Amino acid sequence: MSKALYELTLHAAWAALQRGDFSAVELTQSLLDRIAQVDGQVNAYLTVTAELALAQAAAADDRRSRGETAPLLGIPLAVKDVLCTEGVRTTCGSRILEHFIPPYTATAVHRLAAAGMVLLGKTNTDEFAMGSSTENSGYFPTHNPWDLARVPGGSSGGSGAAVAAQMAMAALGSDTGGSVRLPASYCGVVGLKPSYGRVSRYGLVAYGSSLDQIGVLAKDVRDAALLLGVIAGQDPHDSTTMPAPVPPYSQLLSEDVRGLRIGLPDEYFVEGLQPEVNAAVQAAIDVLAGLGAEVVRISLPNTDKALPVYYLVATAEASANLARFDGVRYGFSADSANILDNYRDSRGQGFGAEVKRRIMLGTYVLSAGYYDAYYLKAQQVRTLIKQDFESAFTQVDLIASPVAPTTAFRLGEKVDDPLAMYLSDLFTIPLNLAGMCGISVPCGFDAQGLPIGLQLMGPHLGEATLLRAAHAYEQATPWHSRWA
Amino acid sequence: MHLTSEEVRHVAELAKLRLSEQELALYAGQLSAILEYAERLQQVETSCVAPTPYVLPLVNVWAEDLPAPSLPNELATANAPDREDGFFRVRAVFEE
Repeated sequence: MSKALYELTLHAAWAALQRGDFSAVELTQSLLDRIAQVDGQVNAYLTVTAELALAQAAAADDRRSRGETAPLLGIPLAVKDVLCTEGVRTTCGSRILEHFIPPYTATAVHRLAAAGMVLLGKTNTDEFAMGSSTENSGYFPTHNPWDLARVPGGSSGGSGAAVAAQMAMAALGSDTGGSVRLPASYCGVVGLKPSYGRVSRYGLVAYGSSLDQIGVLAKDVRDAALLLGVIAGQDPHDSTTMPAPVPPYSQLLSEDVRGLRIGLPDEYFVEGLQPEVNAAVQAAIDVLAGLGAEVVRISLPNTDKALPVYYLVATAEASANLARFDGVRYGFSADSANILDNYRDSRGQGFGAEVKRRIMLGTYVLSAGYYDAYYLKAQQVRTLIKQDFESAFTQVDLIASPVAPTTAFRLGEKVDDPLAMYLSDLFTIPLNLAGMCGISVPCGFDAQGLPIGLQLMGPHLGEATLLRAAHAYEQATPWHSRWA
Repeated sequence: MHLTSEEVRHVAELAKLRLSEQELALYAGQLSAILEYAERLQQVETSCVAPTPYVLPLVNVWAEDLPAPSLPNELATANAPDREDGFFRVRAVFEE
């Protein structure tokens, strides 16, 4: 039985395009048909740019017919709707930006375009990337393709669901506290969060600027490595990008992990972990050991402080970043008599509940009298969390853990209890505080058929080793070849 | 740690957010619960620990001072709810 074109991995589709097996227009049409067929149930996309996609695909075919090529020439991708796309509506999942058309394109998206991508559309997200389930979207929730009654994870839930339901060959997401890795885990796809400073944040609408990093959701590790190679690198528009050269990640993959030391942090294998998640992750570690990795127990003693540190630091940064939405320069503007009421009403009516909650918390912890007790204290404990990782990475090359304590939960299950929702990010948040890199790789299913993710974490700029180990594990197991 | 509705009202004003009475009551409870959870940080000894506002070793990133075209006025103001002659139009700033 031959595969439909939308079922191909990115690297297989690219090779087939090069051989002339089919055209970029045919490939793009296959993805657009797939979107038309299933997105009515999944709701992964906020905007589908069908006409633009077909025009870009035709241009790609034209370039290829003239003997040109490029790493993503004619490959249809999706982009999380927190990344600016010139001329294409960018909402951030918020009603406050319902009609916002950016006048410029984010560097990461620009680099994909320069490499020849076809843009299928913009994917759903928790409002301003604040959430763990994509239920905080100001438009509609996204459903998990494996079980439509469950969440896809968040905040890049639209990107995770789009890749899992094969409505995009891969997608960009953003990860501030786990927002690429969590949906990858819940949706059974690969999710890579690069090190802070590896990918330019220019044109990524800011949430927590010291934590935000653009990442990729892909069908396999090779595709993720290819995409990272395209989007990574220094950018004059983002002075927090590292000048370090970008290795050819996809060429450095191998199936060899012999001699690699992998640490298992005691603090990540605790009570409250769903037994099937624990079993699947332990089995994955056995596979890596069987491939020749050396597995050692380690400790990251400040792990239990990461969640409160995150919710003080991220909300403080968010409250400052979201001050720009003032009803004057862009976005929703209320009908108010004077400028101060216009600020209050535009923001009060334009933002959703979770965004207002985080602005309030962030404003409180930065306010006079509380700054030292909350914000400064959180930044000091952040140092201890970062030191935990630095110390661990003197003993091991990578750290392995579950991505999340459970598999995907039901829509509506946690919407009224913000703290319970925040706990889904328990195992992903520490890495953002430390600025290091991590990946979610499918490692099995629970009794209900819901995907489980293995998290591998690496030191700052350790993506090459991270991807090599993830690839070796993936190739030794069948999980990446199962689809919703 | 319990926030009073007066404190929540004050924070909302600092953040320039118009909140309903229901929202004020809801956030008073939820923010109190989150801050109570964050209380565990107070037990960590940090008197000799420097804060980490930012994880990279980069300092003073310089750029060449090269002239380049900037965003045209028409594009820069294209998303404004209200504009006039290339400017953003705002509501009254001074009463009367």
